[in-house]
Amino acid sequence: MIASTNPAMHPHTHEAVDHAEHEHVALPQHRHHFETEEQQREAGSFGMWLFLLTEIMFFGGMFFAYLLYRNWYYPAFTVASNQLNVPEGAINTVILITSGFFMALGVWAAEVRKKGLLVIMLILTTVFGLAFLGVKADEYHEKYELHHIPGASFSTAMFTNPAAFGLKEEPLAPDMAQHTEIFFFLYFAMTGMHALHMIIGIVILFWLTWRAHRGEFSSGYVAPIENFGLYWHFVDIVWLFLFPLLYLINRHPLS
Amino acid sequence: MSTSTPNLHTIVSLPDQSTAKLPKRHYINNEHGLLSWLLTGDHKRIAILYLISITFFFFIGGAFAGLIRLELLTPQSDLVAADTYNKFFTMHGIIMIFLFLVPSVPATLGNFLIPIMLGAKDLAFPKINLLSWYLYLAGGTLTLAALVLGGVDTGWTFTTPLSTHYLNTHVITAATAIFIAGFSSIFTGLNFIVTIHRMRAPGMTWFRMPLFVWSNYAASILMVLGTPVLAIAIVLVALERLVGIGVFDPAKGGDPLLFQHLFWFYSHPAVYIMILPGMGVISEVISTFSRKRVFGYTAVAFSSVAIALFGFFVWAHHMFIMGVSNYSALVFSLLTMLVAVPSAIKIFNWAFTLQKGSITFETPMLYAFGFMGLFTIGGLTGVFLGSLGMDIHLTETYFIVAHFHFVMVGGMLMAFLAGIHFWWPKMTGRMYPESLSKLAAVVTFIGFNLTFLPQFILGYLGMPRRYAAYPPEFQVLNVLSTAGATVLGVGYMLPLLYLGWSLKYGAIAGDNPWQATGLEWQIQSPPLTENFIEVPIVDYEAYDYEWLEKKQREQVTTVG
Repeated sequence: MIASTNPAMHPHTHEAVDHAEHEHVALPQHRHHFETEEQQREAGSFGMWLFLLTEIMFFGGMFFAYLLYRNWYYPAFTVASNQLNVPEGAINTVILITSGFFMALGVWAAEVRKKGLLVIMLILTTVFGLAFLGVKADEYHEKYELHHIPGASFSTAMFTNPAAFGLKEEPLAPDMAQHTEIFFFLYFAMTGMHALHMIIGIVILFWLTWRAHRGEFSSGYVAPIENFGLYWHFVDIVWLFLFPLLYLINRHPLS
Repeated sequence: MSTSTPNLHTIVSLPDQSTAKLPKRHYINNEHGLLSWLLTGDHKRIAILYLISITFFFFIGGAFAGLIRLELLTPQSDLVAADTYNKFFTMHGIIMIFLFLVPSVPATLGNFLIPIMLGAKDLAFPKINLLSWYLYLAGGTLTLAALVLGGVDTGWTFTTPLSTHYLNTHVITAATAIFIAGFSSIFTGLNFIVTIHRMRAPGMTWFRMPLFVWSNYAASILMVLGTPVLAIAIVLVALERLVGIGVFDPAKGGDPLLFQHLFWFYSHPAVYIMILPGMGVISEVISTFSRKRVFGYTAVAFSSVAIALFGFFVWAHHMFIMGVSNYSALVFSLLTMLVAVPSAIKIFNWAFTLQKGSITFETPMLYAFGFMGLFTIGGLTGVFLGSLGMDIHLTETYFIVAHFHFVMVGGMLMAFLAGIHFWWPKMTGRMYPESLSKLAAVVTFIGFNLTFLPQFILGYLGMPRRYAAYPPEFQVLNVLSTAGATVLGVGYMLPLLYLGWSLKYGAIAGDNPWQATGLEWQIQSPPLTENFIEVPIVDYEAYDYEWLEKKQREQVTTVG
């Protein structure tokens, strides 16, 4: 690496002045095209934030669709929302927040260079992530049994004739009941896209756990752990919006 | 514009050809073999990979343009059946927009130049840069697959419910292709933004950056924020086709207008993704060949950001006839007019840069002049279309076709060619043949106008777009347009031939053939893999020609 001839002028190499004094040992993960490790770390974290911004726009499209159709087909959306399993959704919210908590502890463990603790935290993050997916799968299965999965097998019977299913709700007119399919489509699209992000996250977690086990993050190089932490928390936050919007708000038709 | 003294008619200064040689070591000969290219992390090599692949797709898209013009030579749909014609213009649109225009300047010139212009060794994320090329390639391959399997006929806009319920062509294949190519674009934009924020050399402040970097920065913001919305719109179209849900199908309670909102929320800003980097090229070229700092540097820099910002608030002007409310149409019409302001700031500032400059007419400058004229026409007709009354009359006619081709082909493609010629000596170390390339620039300009000016008239007279047949009274203008397209085709083939020739036989260009001030011109051509031997310290403003003269005088005195 070629040092800047005048590091004092360099906005990013204020660390470079210290290099001479502190006998800094370059990390093996330092990439040659970055002037300093600080610059590399900042670039990585900035890149991750930008990526999360694109993710917000991606989910934003679906939230927009949800907003529109909820407004249009309010009665269908409330009765359909009633069919979601609130206890399981609530348990999942707790599971996911716990997983995020362990991830945050993992970032801390990496920063204080505790290898064993980091590995344990990453494993716990993974376990709770998998638990979330398990509960989600159970919910999906329930929807399958109730014929609430959009497509050929979808049935509006429960909404046109709720009494036959032991429900006390007012029956919907057939055309309004048809619109519950849009609710369930958005439910599956949004939670499915969220679950896909979880699955990708868990694959990355396996990889990071293996690397952490090899001691790659125990000597001050923590950028991958930090950046993955950002991603994992982002996925948490998406759920924190999905849960109230899909499960909780205005569960009963206006009377 | 006094070029009375003969030695002022060109600024090209090449080294003595009898002794000149290419540098011993540079990014092209640093490593050898196909794998060293396919697995490279070097932004310059990735730029070359992109250049080759987008050129390939440009000529495929161009072939479809040729077929369209051939069909329109006669009023009847006699060359091909109407549904085949639909596939022609759809493939032309998809290939040209997603596989050529969007990546054209950013992924080739931007990739090559932005790190060098900032004084960095590479983009922030070289592996993601390479990944983005592979994603582009995957998207391109899938598009070709959709083409070979029988094509798509939805139009490049995938309008629902046409695309979801009425057509039985390879919509999902094409949609997947665009989804993947979109990620390539997101990664390019993300890489640029991080690089510009975090990798600038000492002394390279925001307001010392070349305007090319500013305009690519603005385009990157659009790529990062807009493309994901297109991605989700396309995912929903694909899901709707697969599962048969009615998110966009009015028969099932869905809203086709929702698709329009999501689609144009990306696809209008995409227009600025395409044009902004081209504007950056024009700033560099106009300054260099006028020997003047770009007039109103700060205004031009901020106008790029303003275009990016306003670009996000005008999308509904594509939907005036689709049933949006009168109030929102009014607001969007007004906002559309606002985009004309930063665009005009650019045009006026370029004009003032030219004023009293020492102008010379090398090929890049000819293309830049072409850009200024044609983009102005394209932009102003955009104002026509943004006004509600005119839009109702002109929308879905050839007036629209002419308008966006003036911006995209007359503007962007001219800028792309200006940039390719301007930086060709830097990329390859060799000059292109000057007189032949001037001829190509003139041929392109003539061919372009002959192709698209008649289409303004056709559109004004009411000829609708997207039809294989038309009333016989429109034939004369259509024949003119087809003749122009032929000339235009020649204009685009020429550079392919002579640039290829120049790779081997072109004159050795030397470090700085244009006497330009950018950091990229202060290093050898072609550059080293690491760009700079030592980190440059920037102690001069952008486009400071006096600094360059002083530096060269000092070099002469030290050497002599």
